[in-house]
Amino acid sequence: MKTLVSRRALLKGGLAVGAGLTIGFPLPRRRSDALAQTPGVFAPNQWLRIDRDGVVTITNSVPEMGQGSLTTTPMIIADELDVDLDRVRVEQAPANPALFKNPVTGAQSYGGSRGVRDHLAMWRKAAAGAREMLMQAAANEWGVPVESVETEPSAVVHKPTGRRLLYGQLVDRAQQLPVPQDPKLKTPDKFRYIGKHVHRRDTPEKITGRGIYGVDVVVPGMLVASIERCPVFGGKVKSFDATAAKQVKGVKHIVQVSNGIAVVADGFWSASQGRKALRVTWDEGPTAQVSSAMITREYEAAARQPGQVARNDGDAEKALAAGGRVHEAVYQVPFLEHACMEPMNATAQVTPDACVIWAPTQNPGGTQATGARLTGLPPEKVTVHTTLLGGGFGRRGEQDFIVDAVETAKAVGAPVKVMWTREDDLTHGFYRPATYNLFRAALDANGMPAAWFTRMVGPGILIQKGRAKAGEIDAAAVEAVRNMPYDVPNLRIEWTNKDFGIPLGFWRSVGPSQNGFIIESFIDELAHLAGKDPYEYRRALLGKSPRHKGVLELAATKANWGAPLPSGRGRGIAVVFSYGSYAATVAEVSVAPDGAVRVHRLVAAIDPGIAVNPDQVKAQMEGGAVYALTAAFYGRITIDRGRVQQSNFHDYPMLRINEMPVVEPHILDSGEAPGGLGEPGVPSVAPAVCNAIYAVTGKRVRTLPIDRAQLKRA
Amino acid sequence: MVSLTVNGKAQRVDVQPEMPLLWVLRETLGLTGTKYGCGMALCGACTVHLDGAPVRACVTPASAAAGKRVTTIEGLSDKGDHPLQRAWTEVDVPQCGYCQPGQIMSAAALLASKPSPTDADIDAAMAGNICRCGTYQRIRAAIHQAAALQKGGAR
Repeated sequence: MKTLVSRRALLKGGLAVGAGLTIGFPLPRRRSDALAQTPGVFAPNQWLRIDRDGVVTITNSVPEMGQGSLTTTPMIIADELDVDLDRVRVEQAPANPALFKNPVTGAQSYGGSRGVRDHLAMWRKAAAGAREMLMQAAANEWGVPVESVETEPSAVVHKPTGRRLLYGQLVDRAQQLPVPQDPKLKTPDKFRYIGKHVHRRDTPEKITGRGIYGVDVVVPGMLVASIERCPVFGGKVKSFDATAAKQVKGVKHIVQVSNGIAVVADGFWSASQGRKALRVTWDEGPTAQVSSAMITREYEAAARQPGQVARNDGDAEKALAAGGRVHEAVYQVPFLEHACMEPMNATAQVTPDACVIWAPTQNPGGTQATGARLTGLPPEKVTVHTTLLGGGFGRRGEQDFIVDAVETAKAVGAPVKVMWTREDDLTHGFYRPATYNLFRAALDANGMPAAWFTRMVGPGILIQKGRAKAGEIDAAAVEAVRNMPYDVPNLRIEWTNKDFGIPLGFWRSVGPSQNGFIIESFIDELAHLAGKDPYEYRRALLGKSPRHKGVLELAATKANWGAPLPSGRGRGIAVVFSYGSYAATVAEVSVAPDGAVRVHRLVAAIDPGIAVNPDQVKAQMEGGAVYALTAAFYGRITIDRGRVQQSNFHDYPMLRINEMPVVEPHILDSGEAPGGLGEPGVPSVAPAVCNAIYAVTGKRVRTLPIDRAQLKRA
Repeated sequence: MVSLTVNGKAQRVDVQPEMPLLWVLRETLGLTGTKYGCGMALCGACTVHLDGAPVRACVTPASAAAGKRVTTIEGLSDKGDHPLQRAWTEVDVPQCGYCQPGQIMSAAALLASKPSPTDADIDAAMAGNICRCGTYQRIRAAIHQAAALQKGGAR
């Protein structure tokens, strides 16, 4: 088994091929569509093709939402194919789950930081197979054994005779050959792109205004719509009066759709004016009784009752009852909205036999299915063009904005772009769950945790979305708590599902984004209670978690943990595993007498197994830190009478450049299986900052966002 | 009718005078590089220059641009090679990129008035521009780099 050997060699050489192989993902498929039949095109699989002029076109299936897939995907394929990256063309995949689904999840939908980690092995194999076919084609042409030929960028060469054929000259012959099922992959020492700093390919279009996001789509004959939605979640239209709205210049149609009343006009401004003139009476429904204060009260009450057991090691209750130093704390986090810079939008055109959707979506497969469901057309009649995404963060995997566009376009019989306002976006999101978490721990004679109990109360995203069964533990809700890494002999985790109908969504790093905060804050409390250094305390408890320990040590070392700081500054540390990667942060903060916190420096370490484009790994760490700081300092969505009380950036603020700390990302190249990168930079930041606040003030932040008034010096 | 000059070209547009310049640019003139983010001058994604000064197009009525010179991201340079655009490329600033036209237009106004901005100058000039991807560290580095490029006389 030659291939097994080479895989082992790869592992040894510092590059694991990933989980994909172990679960048996489908082999790259030979294209069966028109492209594959086109004469003069070598299209050995769905990921790449080469024409007679040698032009290489790579299909990127992962939507570009800022994470750099338009660069990373071709880097991987160009490397194994052996072509120059700056000469390849990249196109965004259409919706076609049979060809372009994620091999691990089985869906053409992208969340969970799955771009590289789920596709790396498959793309490498697809490209390596194509390269072998080109080599075989040249060997056949020359009548020499394939073992005697090799490749240089875009060419096959036969060194003994100095013969050389460009890939473009081989396409017709190569296209006739069988696709190798087990091609030989490059050894990492031969990589030209993977692991190197490669500049992003999408920068030129993004700095000149040429890049096309969803909001920029223009279709001939297109109208623009703005939808008035019920301010209360789940509310319905009782009646509406469009008389005045129809008088507004530019307004063409007013139609009722699932999500409200669509005002369709010749442009966004006219649609907005029409919407203001609209009179709608709503049936607000039961959620109108829900408020944040009520949710908190209900959470508190639920936390006094036993929950469902998510994990139970040893006997935590008994160990807690045995006494010793027992410590108790309650941690709370609020609802949060994603606030993508590009508000939700989509464009659709529906005709009797076709539906075309242009959308900034993380979920092209779901978008196609939505189009099919709403039009009654078979999925293959629904074309989805994925544009650039002005931020994703999990929000753009949802289908509500697709529904808006398809329904409105269908109703008016013309192409329609539905655009959301910022207010629509913040008040009709899919929110990170607000939770309430009770902690209790007992320390042994050495100050180490002998027992640990956590009872979590909050709603479950997966259960609400019907992706997990009601009555079971919601995996997303308990992630990073149930699998917390510290070695505690008696450990009990409980979870209680309390859902008040606030729509829930996957918010960049999901469960770990909030659970990292609660776990890493509470372990810090225990360290201080034990009178031990929080870094050393964690290290001592990470004996079974070497990769946690690895990034913890790297961050601490790079931050000079333990070295004196200027007066008034404190350090905090945290480590969290999420989406296949391990990340640790050391924060340096100071707190002014009025309680204002300044984060001066964040030293971040990540072990993603392999860093395909290290500079972009760092960019994700920098960006993840900002996302986390915004949540820690400002993020809070509150509900009153079933309505979101925040509406725009004045009351849902974002971190700005004047508050930006220095972020120093460091990569630990462990050579383990590839992990995610879009999300893992987030979870360890808030706890590191709050732990640093404790170090400098002695005040423990147990509720987010950080309340400056509580940090004020008396 | 509103008459204005956009990226050096005289334009007469048939719009209501109170319609924000943002929609004139994006929908009437097809210049979609200028982005909508908040509609309240809170995020800076719609930043353009009006007679050289940075303004938020989402709250600037078309009438306020009458007779004036408007510069958008599309008109910042002929070939996308303004020192800021070169620096943005070298530093790999953009992630999703949606806010970057606004960021660059704010930075261009800053460099025009302060060729060697300090970090404090950058904070003051750029704090009105939100980047949700969190590229601030690279924006700062790229502005310093662009200032150096501009000083080198290369343009």
